[in-house]
Amino acid sequence: MPVVTVLERQIHLDEEGFLTEPSEWDEALARELAANIGLELTPRHLEVIAFARSDQAEQGETPTLRRMTAVGGFPTKELFQLFPKKPAKKLSYVAGLQKPVGCV
Amino acid sequence: MTATDLSTAPVPSFDDEDEGGRKLVLICSKGSLDMAYPGLVLANAALGEGIEVHIFFTFWGFEIINKKTMGDLKFVAMGNPATHMPNAVMGLPGMTAVATKMMRKQIAELDIPEGPEFLDIIHESGGHLWACRMSADMNKLTEDDLYEGVEGIISATDFMELSEGAQTIFI
Repeated sequence: MPVVTVLERQIHLDEEGFLTEPSEWDEALARELAANIGLELTPRHLEVIAFARSDQAEQGETPTLRRMTAVGGFPTKELFQLFPKKPAKKLSYVAGLQKPVGCV
Repeated sequence: MTATDLSTAPVPSFDDEDEGGRKLVLICSKGSLDMAYPGLVLANAALGEGIEVHIFFTFWGFEIINKKTMGDLKFVAMGNPATHMPNAVMGLPGMTAVATKMMRKQIAELDIPEGPEFLDIIHESGGHLWACRMSADMNKLTEDDLYEGVEGIISATDFMELSEGAQTIFI
């Protein structure tokens, strides 16, 4: 598994590039990860990320888009605007989580 | 693997350009609860991957977008060997209601939305919904009878144009 130095510390990624240790994440890292995929984080992005991370911590798995909408209250359309084209994967990547496993 | 920086680290395949032009067309021709979901689930998954999605509802598939029936799709177990239930039992009065209720419960337990809500999600995610002209005419239905997100009632010729270059799945 790749170990990468970012912001003068080491982070662990899986083969696809998703962070394997959610505890290695902080907002500064989120900005680096976002910049890496061409996103600039706004306060709204951070709200979405905060919910995804707290839900993952409680449930033990990354929320699906459906859950982000149904439980988190973030409209589907807005998620597609914030994280264009592949919202669930981009959100997981920037939030330092594994990609969701659910079908819906 | 040795330590590198982010610029050389693996990045999940977000290469939006690579997906450019990928298009999926789903033809939904069945009106039962169990046959509605494959199309809806695949459409939703494709949209989440940045793929352009069109769903064409035809024949019994109209049940999924007809305002009168969309919230009340049924699962019929009779004649379906995969249920492993004798037809003599599944053909008894009331068994369709029982089977439908069971399937709805299983779907809800997985936190999968009901049909109309699923259409909302697909519509909000940018999916395109189309209704078949011949089916509409046969059933004397107009756009007013159909789910609001349906963009139009189109002919088979129109469908040929919109499906050009698409991966097409008939359900």
